Amino acid sequence: MFEPKIIAFYCKWCTSAGADLAGTSRLQYAPNIVGIRVMCSSRVDPEHILNAFKEGADGVLIGGCHPGDCHYKSGNYVTLRRITLLKTMMEDLGISADRLRLDWISAAEGKRFAEVVTEFTEQIREKGPLKKESLKEEAV
Amino acid sequence: MKKIGVFLCHCGINISATVDIEKAMEALKDYPGVAHIEDYKYMCSDPGQQLIKKKIKDLGLDGVVVCACSPTLHENTFRLTVKAAGMNEYKMEMANIREQCSWVHKDKTVATEKAIKIIKSVIEKARLDEALDPIEVDITRKAMVIGAGVAGIQTALNIANSGYEVILVEREPSIGGKMAQLSETFPTLDCSQCILTPKMVEVSNHPKIKLMTYSEVVDVSGFVGNFKVKVKRKATGLDWDVCNGCGLCTEKCPKKLPSEFDQGLGERKAIYRPFPQAVPNRVVIDFENCTYMQSGKCGICQKVCPVKAIDFDKEDKFVEEEVGAIICATGFETYSVKDIPEFGGGKLPDVVDGLTFERILSASGPTGGEVRRPSDGKVPKDIVFLECVCSRDPEHYLPYCSKVCCMYTVKHAMLYKHRVHDGQPYVFYMDMRTGGKGYEEFYQRAAEEDKVVFIRGKVSKLYQDDDKIVVCGVDTLSNETIEIRADMVVLATAIVPSKGIRELTKLLKIQIDQHGFLSEAHPKLRPVESLTAGVYLAGCAQSPRDIPDTVSQASGAASMVCTLFANEKLKHEPIIVGVNEDICSGCGICTVVCPYDARKTNLEKKLVEVNEVLCEGCGACAAACPSGAAQQNNYTDNQINAMIKAILGKGG
Ligand SMILES: Cc1cc2nc3c(=O)[nH]c(=O)nc-3n(C[C@H](O)[C@H](O)[C@H](O)COP(=O)(O)OP(=O)(O)OC[C@H]3O[C@@H](n4cnc5c(N)ncnc54)[C@H](O)[C@@H]3O)c2cc1C
Ligand code: SF4
Ligand code: FES
Repeated sequence: MFEPKIIAFYCKWCTSAGADLAGTSRLQYAPNIVGIRVMCSSRVDPEHILNAFKEGADGVLIGGCHPGDCHYKSGNYVTLRRITLLKTMMEDLGISADRLRLDWISAAEGKRFAEVVTEFTEQIREKGPLKKESLKEEAV
Repeated sequence: MKKIGVFLCHCGINISATVDIEKAMEALKDYPGVAHIEDYKYMCSDPGQQLIKKKIKDLGLDGVVVCACSPTLHENTFRLTVKAAGMNEYKMEMANIREQCSWVHKDKTVATEKAIKIIKSVIEKARLDEALDPIEVDITRKAMVIGAGVAGIQTALNIANSGYEVILVEREPSIGGKMAQLSETFPTLDCSQCILTPKMVEVSNHPKIKLMTYSEVVDVSGFVGNFKVKVKRKATGLDWDVCNGCGLCTEKCPKKLPSEFDQGLGERKAIYRPFPQAVPNRVVIDFENCTYMQSGKCGICQKVCPVKAIDFDKEDKFVEEEVGAIICATGFETYSVKDIPEFGGGKLPDVVDGLTFERILSASGPTGGEVRRPSDGKVPKDIVFLECVCSRDPEHYLPYCSKVCCMYTVKHAMLYKHRVHDGQPYVFYMDMRTGGKGYEEFYQRAAEEDKVVFIRGKVSKLYQDDDKIVVCGVDTLSNETIEIRADMVVLATAIVPSKGIRELTKLLKIQIDQHGFLSEAHPKLRPVESLTAGVYLAGCAQSPRDIPDTVSQASGAASMVCTLFANEKLKHEPIIVGVNEDICSGCGICTVVCPYDARKTNLEKKLVEVNEVLCEGCGACAAACPSGAAQQNNYTDNQINAMIKAILGKGG
């Protein structure tokens, strides 16, 4: 079976805390994801995401606080704008937009964290590996 | 190259049961940058910390990766460890292989592989970490307490008695909260008012406490040590500086309304003082129900006021306060009987909730402490108390235990019996939870001395039949169905967070749990702190609890505030975003995304300048900067990209 490689970026305040709660609640989820903890989802530069695809990720998950809940007031709105824009460009670069997922997961949503990860992993598994050849020049 | 020490913790067997530590060590020992690798059963224990310190000194390590639990738990612990060994604390990184690995995967091979990836990525980050110094900022040594129930009152008094100024904000006209409504308190049965009102008076007389009742927080900015809080002071319809609380207006006002304080059983006027012992001793006009405000006629209060305090001014006022710490003590409400259709949905007057029964029992209540039922004033001879109403019922209502209902129901049954000697109280319970000093004895006394009948079971429905309430349930010990024709029923409805808590926590940037109670930084070790530095929690706002627990926690929160204020300067996290002046073109794109106005374009120099104290380090600007001139300390693009590579097996 194809085991996708997925990189997650999530903010310290909400989604990483939600992931910790999934842990303390001993929820089980797909192991394909490895997270990078940043202070806020707005730290994630579209270049980091494209870089992850270039280096072999089959999917990228961004997790932030729910709208209005960002620890830095408005960071997640910046994230939303950036990711929406990036998605429109991804197809042109040869990466299907649904390989990138942005989700709001709060510190209380351990269960949702586990569900999102498992669901996204299955979705990427179904899509199959991101073929390097299909990546257009600009992306690489 | 940097010399990094990697320290793997077994966490007893919490990590080692699913992550093969030896295999991980084997896979990591030759990873670029790793100068030393070692494991230990409990890295956070003193021997564990000593081990790290020793290796830093002996081997001259200049980077440390602790592979253990979540950094939320022990980042600070290990930062202090490495600092004590002479290393810069920002060169210590934690790899979370417990919460985000060993606890969420069962397959050892899979978990070990994932742990290795996590650790490699963190080693990459550590390789590029730079020594940072915390940014020092001044502290405003003044606290704001939001909510003036017994929790807020206790916190405010403790802080003020330590010599610091406190602003106590309460949205009702008086302080006191729910405890002011209680009759007598378990397990000692001392009168609630008698133990609370002296504290209320102390608050109002305290030179260090500024009281703002009838007020609400509407905006919060800033950070620990330096918050700016905007408070709305709701219009009272009169000048409180002039009013002396004589109460003549409340006597003469012709407009009668149900009193909230008496849970709708007693009356108040359109101009009112919530209860006689209110602090401050002032009145407010209920604009929505005031005849003068609605039709321009009446104005009797204005005519009778001997000091001419009444001005009918409807303008809310806003004040800005600067404080260094905030305590959220907004308390609780009880689940409304109106929302419980199977128990009458609030339409049966003789089915009341616990707080209403407190008012009925209270000597200062609408019946003067005589137990009389609301419908016809008759003394109930058979009375049924239901515990766990909406609590511990995950399928229909709330899953959690409201903690105080067992004890207050025992109290209610007992106090009822003390007043109605020939009456019979029945209590339906799921389990009696009487943990607490003197609590079990209290319960035994109710059963043995006061002959309260305790029935283990649940009530499925109740209905009115003539002047009786028929209570239908099952005794789960004998498996018999039970029907009691009662004169009155008291529901111990669940404790829920106070209204508006969501909006307030958004302003304070603190988290709530799935039920709306405030989340603590750590359930065991940091129970009075929120995850946002400088914001603390006290009382039922965090979870249901009784007065002794509320007061202890309130004192705990106060001591945390005093600890904060005892610092000469505050240390601000240095993971801020600077500007590389050689690269910056002054385009100003970063200034647009900064939520704190920490970045300003200097048009003359064609450069962006950063106010390091204002920067909170979210990193939004770093991601926006098109040239790479804005880099976040220890979260640089190079670091993030190296982490990505390491996770995807291309690191090193
Ligand atoms: C029926 C009943 C009987 C009880 N009997 C006992 C007993 O006998 N013994 C015992 O130990 N415990 C008893 N308890 C528990 C006790 O009432 C609580 O432990 C205690 O009142 C909690 O105090 P608090 O300050 O946390 O909350 P509260 O008393 O709810 O105080 C919170 C205050 O914050 C204010 N507030 C809320 N939101 C805001 C906002 N946004 N801005 C400004 N102000 C705000 C509220 O108006 C209120 O004044 C009983 C509880 C009930 C329901
Ligand atoms: S990191 Fe950048 S955007 Fe965030 S607060 Fe600091 S200067 Fe503003
Ligand atoms: S801190 Fe979570 S999205 Fe900004």
